Amino acid sequence: MSQITGHEEEARTILNEEEMRRAISRMAHEMLERNAGATEIVLVGIRSRGVPLAQRLAAKIGALEHISVPVGQLDATLYRDDLRSRGAQLKVHPTELPADITDRVVVLVDDVLYTGRTARAALDALLDHGRPRKVQLAVLIDRGHRELPLRADYVGKNVPTAREESILVRLAEHDGFDAVLLSRQPTA
Amino acid sequence: MKRTTLYPSPAEQAQGIKATNTASSPHQAPMPDRTHIQSIFQRRHLLDLDDFSAAELRLLLEITQTMKEVLARPVRKVPALQGSTVVNLFYENSTRTRISFELAAKNLSADVVNVTASGSSVTKGESLIDTVRTLQALGADFVIMRHSQSGAPYLVAQQIRGSVINAGDGWHAHPTQALLDLFTLEEHLGSVEGRKIVILGDILHSRVARSNIWSLTTLGAEVVLCGPPTLMPPSVLESIASADDATPRRLRVEYQIERALEGADVVMALRLQKERQDAGLLPSLREYIARFGLTPQRLASANPNALVMHPGPMNEGVEIAHEVAYSDASVIEEQVTNGLAVRMAVLYALSQARQRA
Repeated sequence: MSQITGHEEEARTILNEEEMRRAISRMAHEMLERNAGATEIVLVGIRSRGVPLAQRLAAKIGALEHISVPVGQLDATLYRDDLRSRGAQLKVHPTELPADITDRVVVLVDDVLYTGRTARAALDALLDHGRPRKVQLAVLIDRGHRELPLRADYVGKNVPTAREESILVRLAEHDGFDAVLLSRQPTA
Repeated sequence: MKRTTLYPSPAEQAQGIKATNTASSPHQAPMPDRTHIQSIFQRRHLLDLDDFSAAELRLLLEITQTMKEVLARPVRKVPALQGSTVVNLFYENSTRTRISFELAAKNLSADVVNVTASGSSVTKGESLIDTVRTLQALGADFVIMRHSQSGAPYLVAQQIRGSVINAGDGWHAHPTQALLDLFTLEEHLGSVEGRKIVILGDILHSRVARSNIWSLTTLGAEVVLCGPPTLMPPSVLESIASADDATPRRLRVEYQIERALEGADVVMALRLQKERQDAGLLPSLREYIARFGLTPQRLASANPNALVMHPGPMNEGVEIAHEVAYSDASVIEEQVTNGLAVRMAVLYALSQARQRA
């Protein structure tokens, strides 16, 4: 892990590459089980690291079921409730949904579930695009500390954390390597 | 008074451009650094584009792209400016700009108030400031302002805690028009860099031309101004004459329309106010049409895929022929549509950037 630099050096590894692959694989199986196959599923990644995770889940489901699962990406920034307090959010990206989501089962995918505020914003954003039959939430890491009444339907790993700690999800698509790290320092 | 913003250092600007570019290919690029993007755009007001860096322009174009996607949704409204108050303060007549700003603010869930003051009832100076103080006391977060006096929004910007957006001041600037022109051009051309763009007509009285010159040259376009010598601004002529020979000439003047249009990628026709004839700046309207009207025959000397633009409202048959305005080359209607997305982007970017102050 020579690429890890800065305060990541003091971080503890929660999931390595292999473990992450297995967690995603299990989540894909759970989705198939719970939805009796994948014919109705649309995977929507929440920007930015939810997007490659959604693509990996789609690839796994595709390999298991021999069908192609549509994948979209969603930017919930314009729906956030902390737009006035979180510091400037100048990067906003278009939302790209692969198909009409009305009457489909939409699985929102994100890397970390923490306060639940991103997931809330993503739900509002999604519902402006149509009326899915069902919306489910899949996250690689659930670190607790919810501030809204939300839970994930699929969880890669539950990681009890302190608020002062931060979870760093690193994905090959963005960062060049796969790992989930727990750092003692809050994110800058 | 003009420099109302903090400038990023040249090194920051260079990095900023990089960060902006890499972010557009989300699957390979490293994550753009958020603090870095903040350092690119640190503004409270939008008064003109004269001090905008290329990185800032690119950032606004990117946000515009997202807003355009919002406008394509079944629900064309996002809650980003919920609870904010936007005041349209128009001292000059306008249809498209005022409606465009009003819709932009409403699409972002802001509350909008329209104030129209007839030019004759409002004297300059104190009464303008009094009006603005009242708006401030009523809690205006944004004042979108059009005024016949060049520089009026700068005066207001000094007096108000909220943001001022210049929706056209005198002959001076119309930054959101230049941004929507830029966005429309980049949608068609990919980039304006190295493209030949002709701005045609009454340059002297045109705030649209002035703002466009800044943004287009900043992004590397070659801008050619074409019109009668009486309608060329002396200040622009001076700055061209005094330009350093070592710097690339991105702005020049051409008085003969056929020469100006030769090989042009874009022709931007400007509205000719008929009053200019009474002021003695034109021998006659007929002569103007004969020498500078954009006709299909003249457009033929431009590049085969050349685009035709006009900021509106058009005088068909004067600065632009009907057949040109409604030809396949014309992107005039797209300009209006893109204007809405651009104004949403500007409102959103200012609402975010000013939080840091």
